[in-house]
Amino acid sequence: MSIERYSYDVVVIGAGGAGLRAAVEAREAGFKVAIICKSLFGKAHTVMAEGGIAAAMGNANSSDNWQVHFRDTMRGGKFLNNWRMAELHAKESPERVWELEMWGALFDRTKEGKISQRNFGGHEYPRLAHVGDRTGLELIRTMQQRIVALQQQDGKNNGDMESHIRVFAEVTITDVLVENGKAAGVYGYRREDGSEILFEAGAVVLATGGIGKSFKVTSNSWEGTGDGHALALRAGGKLIDMEFVQFHPTGMVWPPSVRGILVTESVRGDGGVLTNSEGRRFMFDYIPEVFKDKYADTEAEADRWYKDQANNRRPPELLPRDEVARAINSEVKAGRGSPHGGVFLDVSKRLPAEEIKRRLPSMWHQFKELADVDITEQPMEVGPTCHYVMGGVQVEPDTAAAVGLQGLFAAGEVAGGMHGSNRLGGNSLSDLLVFGRRAGMGAVAYLKGNAAKPTLSEGTIKRAQERLNEPFTNTGGENPYTIHQELQQTTNDLVGIIRTKKELEESLEKLAKFRERIKNVSVSGGREFNPGFHLALDLENMLLVSECMARSALIREESRGGHTREDFPKMDSKWRQVNNVSSVEGASVNCVQERAKMLPDELAGLFEKSELAKYFTEDELAGVKGGSN
Amino acid sequence: MARPIKLRIWRGNKDGGDFHTVTVDANEGEVVLDVIHRVQATQLPDLAVRWNCKAGKCGSCSMEINGKPRLACMTRMNSFEEGETITVTPLRAFPVIRDLVTDVSFNYKKAMEIPAYAPPANLKPGEARMEQIDVERSQEFRKCIECFLCQDTCHVIRDHEENKKSFAGPRFFIRIAELDMHPLDTLRNRKQTAQENHGLGMCNITKCCTEVCPEHIRITDNAIIPMKERVVDVKYDPVRWLGSKIRKREDIS
Repeated sequence: MSIERYSYDVVVIGAGGAGLRAAVEAREAGFKVAIICKSLFGKAHTVMAEGGIAAAMGNANSSDNWQVHFRDTMRGGKFLNNWRMAELHAKESPERVWELEMWGALFDRTKEGKISQRNFGGHEYPRLAHVGDRTGLELIRTMQQRIVALQQQDGKNNGDMESHIRVFAEVTITDVLVENGKAAGVYGYRREDGSEILFEAGAVVLATGGIGKSFKVTSNSWEGTGDGHALALRAGGKLIDMEFVQFHPTGMVWPPSVRGILVTESVRGDGGVLTNSEGRRFMFDYIPEVFKDKYADTEAEADRWYKDQANNRRPPELLPRDEVARAINSEVKAGRGSPHGGVFLDVSKRLPAEEIKRRLPSMWHQFKELADVDITEQPMEVGPTCHYVMGGVQVEPDTAAAVGLQGLFAAGEVAGGMHGSNRLGGNSLSDLLVFGRRAGMGAVAYLKGNAAKPTLSEGTIKRAQERLNEPFTNTGGENPYTIHQELQQTTNDLVGIIRTKKELEESLEKLAKFRERIKNVSVSGGREFNPGFHLALDLENMLLVSECMARSALIREESRGGHTREDFPKMDSKWRQVNNVSSVEGASVNCVQERAKMLPDELAGLFEKSELAKYFTEDELAGVKGGSN
Repeated sequence: MARPIKLRIWRGNKDGGDFHTVTVDANEGEVVLDVIHRVQATQLPDLAVRWNCKAGKCGSCSMEINGKPRLACMTRMNSFEEGETITVTPLRAFPVIRDLVTDVSFNYKKAMEIPAYAPPANLKPGEARMEQIDVERSQEFRKCIECFLCQDTCHVIRDHEENKKSFAGPRFFIRIAELDMHPLDTLRNRKQTAQENHGLGMCNITKCCTEVCPEHIRITDNAIIPMKERVVDVKYDPVRWLGSKIRKREDIS
């Protein structure tokens, strides 16, 4: 079969917020960019983000600034965050939001006509720029339209709208090609006709999003199969801290077909309360020690906070997501759940019906049309759903360059480090733009310093071609759908929200068996738009990612953020010093421990010593020069 | 709980195809897309269908269900009669790729033809000031999830391939209206170019697009009609007509 061949300066894999922002940056520096979408252009998972984009613009409360945002992010991640990424993110988010506005985004406004900002879990001040509850749609459409605007400029300048940016929709990349230790291109296939496609590239940016499809209950679409994670591993990159998986506390639980679909945190930000089957606002029973001084301990104070934030502490419904998800899980396990195995979330008593429809239009629509529930009158039933992976490709913070392979960059959910052990709501959209741009800049700087594009050898291309075609060469093997369902059940049961040594070991045994089964998976039908064929390729990625998660989770003997061990229920300062780094050697996942970097004094000085003492060892604390007492 | 239902699925490619009827279980609370996925997982592993979010937010799973343009993820199984055979076909206005998947590239080409947002030259990032009430008009159109159901149902192109060249379709009329109503956009003549370059005049306001919009955007009333009125206003007002002849072209604002 002939291979369609292209040559670009930068190939961006993924067309969500991070990928598109990287592409814009590389194009503005004059380079030629290919954007590869797994689905149609504009359908990436970014579109599902609801609540908003966190940026310390200080529009709603002028006390907000990057230092406060940085502190909130570090607290949310329980201090395992790559501090430099958290710093860059907090500093640069406002510029990225304003830039979106310059490109046509229309955010909701404050009375003064500025961009409105709403409350969210873990953020000290109202910080999320938003458009109702469809902020992700606004972000992706704006980026999409920015790409078109640049294409129109290119059309004017040189008569070809696709001279510098071309979007390849419904193309799946199966390998990052490596030549002489450098990323040199990518290989994949076009879904429309099954034809094979090869891109030579000076630099490759991974912006492929998450891994949710490895789990049974997830808010992720079919695309979230850990493609970029697996591409990086196979090409020589590394993943850090893959044990940290965010279970969003509020997914729909009924009807079964929508189980896992996201219910935005804005419902709680706008006053929604969580109750159990006894009618108790149970979150008051789950405020952890580290947050005791920041959250209200009576319903009266929590209720007052919605009107007067200066003199009251926040309601515990707005604790970071990991805390709320664990609390819901415990209530359901204790037999105090709702009829369909969740808990109740009610905003109808806080706001008038019209206000709910205005602030939460897509939630109203979603529950009305899919569950026959009118959220302006009735409570919703909600429960945890696999939403986001904090772990990901290990990168250099300033350039988003992947550790372990020159010429490879990663941004957005596929990259690790920024969010530590738990991501705050709203920090994802800002992450996409801040590090999408930085990945674009990183690729540009790399290209400028490496004049010669590596030449791809026939052997490298042939290996990629063989791997792609494997599912068709097997006959009589298993159906990929069956294996996928069983894999999802296994990760859900054994590497889920609460973990134990025994279950994690069992998961690794099971995953090893899946590896054998996947080797023989076979597909029926032809190459044209064949979802079974696609799933067969995705399975390998999901399996690889699941192995990394299970191995890292087994090694980390503590509970922190999105990693909860029933057998090690406490957070342990010694483990804050550790990053679990996964790589692939041959066919097996190898996970080693690296020392996490310590905060520099000027950033440590932003916290009170008494707070740092909750996270750092005594030795570390003694070495901190800054810090107020 | 589970009840068997009959699903009549169009299968084929650009060279033609035929209906394929299957019996499959439907469970309480399910939507058409769930049932299609079950067919895929248990009977027809290579059945082609697009989908992403499964929550009515991405606009990928557009198809025709019993002849009506719908999102499969938002069409509840309990909206059909007991024992009714449900027929699913690909969008008719676009060329079939395979089974329920069509080539919607027409829409992406049209998107590239609409002039981009043009902010004031002296506007600095962070300095934009707009009232909520002023952004809401454009925000209604920015709710669009690009499912292209409005494009599919529009008779100007549904059965008239030849019109595609000169007609952008309802999705892009709301894009133009959105920019036109954007409080800070500086590009003049958006309505005029909608008429002259994008085929606004070919729309005969039957409101079919509004009826199928899953986001309930009032495409005809809030975007198309106001633009048409302003265009007509200028074209048939004798004084302004004369003015436009003398001064080459008059802006419609």
